[in-house]
Amino acid sequence: MSTSLLLLLIVVIGFIAYFAGRARSLAQSGGKLSNLHSLPGYHGSYVAIWAMLPAALVLGTWLIAAPIYIDGSTRAALPDTVQSQGGAAVQLALGQVKSVAGGLLRLSGEELSALENGSANLRSTLASKGVALAGEGEPYMVTVAQHFNAMTVANRWLMTAAVLLVAIAGGIYAIRNVATRFRARNQVERVILGSLIVASSIAILTTVGIVASMLSEAGRFFTMVSPFEFFFGTVWDPRFAAAGSGGASGQFGLLPLLAGTLYIAFVAMLFAVPIGLFAAIYMAEYANPRLRSTAKPLLEVLAGIPTIVYGFFALVTVGPFLRDISAQLNGLATGNYQNFIQAQSVVTAGIVMGIMLIPFVSSLSDDIITQVPRALRDGSLGLGATRSETVKKVILPAALPGIVGALLLTASRAVGETMIVVLAAGVAARMQINPFEPMTTVTVKIVNQLTGDLEFTSPQTLVAFALGITLFVITLGLNIYALYIVRKYREQYE
Amino acid sequence: MNIMSEAAVEKALDQKMNTVPYKMIGKDVSVYYGEKRALFDVNLNIRENTVTALIGPSGCGKSTFLRTLNRMNDTIENCRVTGKITLDEDDIYDPTIDVVELRARVGMVFQKPNPFPKSIYDNVAYGPRIHGLARTKADFDEIVETSLQKAGLFNEVKDRLHEPGTGLSGGQQQRLCIARAVAVSPEVILMDEPCSALDPIATAKVEELIHELRTNFTIVIVTHSMQQAARVSQRTAMFHLGNLVEENDTDKMFTNPDDQRTQDYIMGRFG
Repeated sequence: MSTSLLLLLIVVIGFIAYFAGRARSLAQSGGKLSNLHSLPGYHGSYVAIWAMLPAALVLGTWLIAAPIYIDGSTRAALPDTVQSQGGAAVQLALGQVKSVAGGLLRLSGEELSALENGSANLRSTLASKGVALAGEGEPYMVTVAQHFNAMTVANRWLMTAAVLLVAIAGGIYAIRNVATRFRARNQVERVILGSLIVASSIAILTTVGIVASMLSEAGRFFTMVSPFEFFFGTVWDPRFAAAGSGGASGQFGLLPLLAGTLYIAFVAMLFAVPIGLFAAIYMAEYANPRLRSTAKPLLEVLAGIPTIVYGFFALVTVGPFLRDISAQLNGLATGNYQNFIQAQSVVTAGIVMGIMLIPFVSSLSDDIITQVPRALRDGSLGLGATRSETVKKVILPAALPGIVGALLLTASRAVGETMIVVLAAGVAARMQINPFEPMTTVTVKIVNQLTGDLEFTSPQTLVAFALGITLFVITLGLNIYALYIVRKYREQYE
Repeated sequence: MNIMSEAAVEKALDQKMNTVPYKMIGKDVSVYYGEKRALFDVNLNIRENTVTALIGPSGCGKSTFLRTLNRMNDTIENCRVTGKITLDEDDIYDPTIDVVELRARVGMVFQKPNPFPKSIYDNVAYGPRIHGLARTKADFDEIVETSLQKAGLFNEVKDRLHEPGTGLSGGQQQRLCIARAVAVSPEVILMDEPCSALDPIATAKVEELIHELRTNFTIVIVTHSMQQAARVSQRTAMFHLGNLVEENDTDKMFTNPDDQRTQDYIMGRFG
């Protein structure tokens, strides 16, 4: 019986169990629901859970464990000559046996016996049935494959029987528990609590797993390149650093990338913070409700645009525009029409990233500003302050911790942004301070290093994990610092 | 014994009440929130250096009337005021009037203490700073000190003027808000249920303060407590369903009101 059919059967048993449990509790209530501790639906759910959950667990465990056991047993059935050749040969033989086993199922009785007494060629027979075999095939494979097939079939039946048995046993056990004073409601509550905990631990464990895998890969990188060279190196040129060639390890310098990342993020914030903050103040304090209800969603549309589209916008519009206008300006000033802003440059990436960040700044700040109590506004206005005086002297100071938090969250987004900088900032890893020249960022280099066709053991690829963990630490630090500041100011003002 | 003599002083004052000039005159004042009408042609005059109490059941329009006196209703969407209100001789709804200046002349203390998230000193100095009432630090220090003294708070906070105003107790916060209003040297102070969030001891202190402030300021106070109105005010105005029911000397109002509805409200038959 196939696994999906088995799952379906479990669900059917669950349904039956639900109605059986419900009916039993109804019968015991004697027509008066208030006699029951829990509503009939809870009794039904309780029985259904007992019927389905253990069975599903048994099924899951079996599906994981059985192939491991069958492989082990098949491996043991291989002749000693194969086994003595070691891991790779055994693995190859096992793969072939499995193909043969798949093919054997399609053969008729005569063909099978012809194979068994060696009168027919294994490969050609199977090929005629549409099963391609990697090698010529050895005679012993037929026996082992038959052993494999027998085990697989037995396994199927055993699994089906066990799962159905557990499902029915669980259901019967639960239905015997159903009684008027039985606390089915509390039991169901516990199962719900359990499933919520499982869901959240999956999320947390995934995070832990991602960080752990990044750490272990980065650790492998640092066995090839010293951390000192990585964190304090000022040259990024990974091409010529072959694994094991000691002298070239200085080429993995993080500093040019980090400088580019922070520089571009800084330009972006310089652009996004004033505009976003002023927009938020206007929306929260001045705009009438009708304008607010249309303008705010429009502003937030900006946040919904995929960043690759912004990158495109930078590449085909903003970059060339800045380049041309700089050429014109230069021409007017000196008569030499030579552009001083490159099409791909820090300002191009910064401005476009700034545009992307405006809705983040404005939306987060708007929420925070509107949370400032109305009483503070009234108090200030009641003393004869104008609106802008009220904003400047009362509302912004009161909202400051929240706004700082919002800005730090925005900054960590700017540091982690990828697609815009890939297209707009260029790939040249250079340490310089001219904002009109191209620079590159950590994220761009991660993309570059992983999209090549290098093997996953070379430092050229592994450096991406070291870069990734560095970026992770930076954004984590920013977020923790944001929380710290928010908490500190909150204590002061509450 | 003491109470008796105080009441006698009150009475002597009240008999001269009819000669006290008007500070603010409200004529046919109506207020609309969108389509809904909240006040119906209220004619109410506020006498100078007098505490005028506005009483009435919830939703009767007393707070709405109070807020028309310094145009705080302007900050509410869809709010419209008709009729005429004058402060001394100036029509405060005249388009040429500067609302900011008006609110400096007619200060306000709110229901819930609302100190700014700043130090006690900066809270009091807030108004003088934005209106440029002082130049040097010494001048500011003096304004802050006298304002806190007028609000009866100075002795309690003089050692921690630079700590946050939000760290004070509720009653102290409310007196800080009064000091903040006083610091701008307004002519009229509006108080919107200033004691409703305070405990009885803090309430007593604020009431005592209102008594003292009367010599320098004209005070209009909205209150839900009949006892408070009787204790602090010389004139009382009773509102009901957006109408002014009766306005009279406080003594007369609480002993022998002209209107049956006032009688009923004071006796606790509705409200």
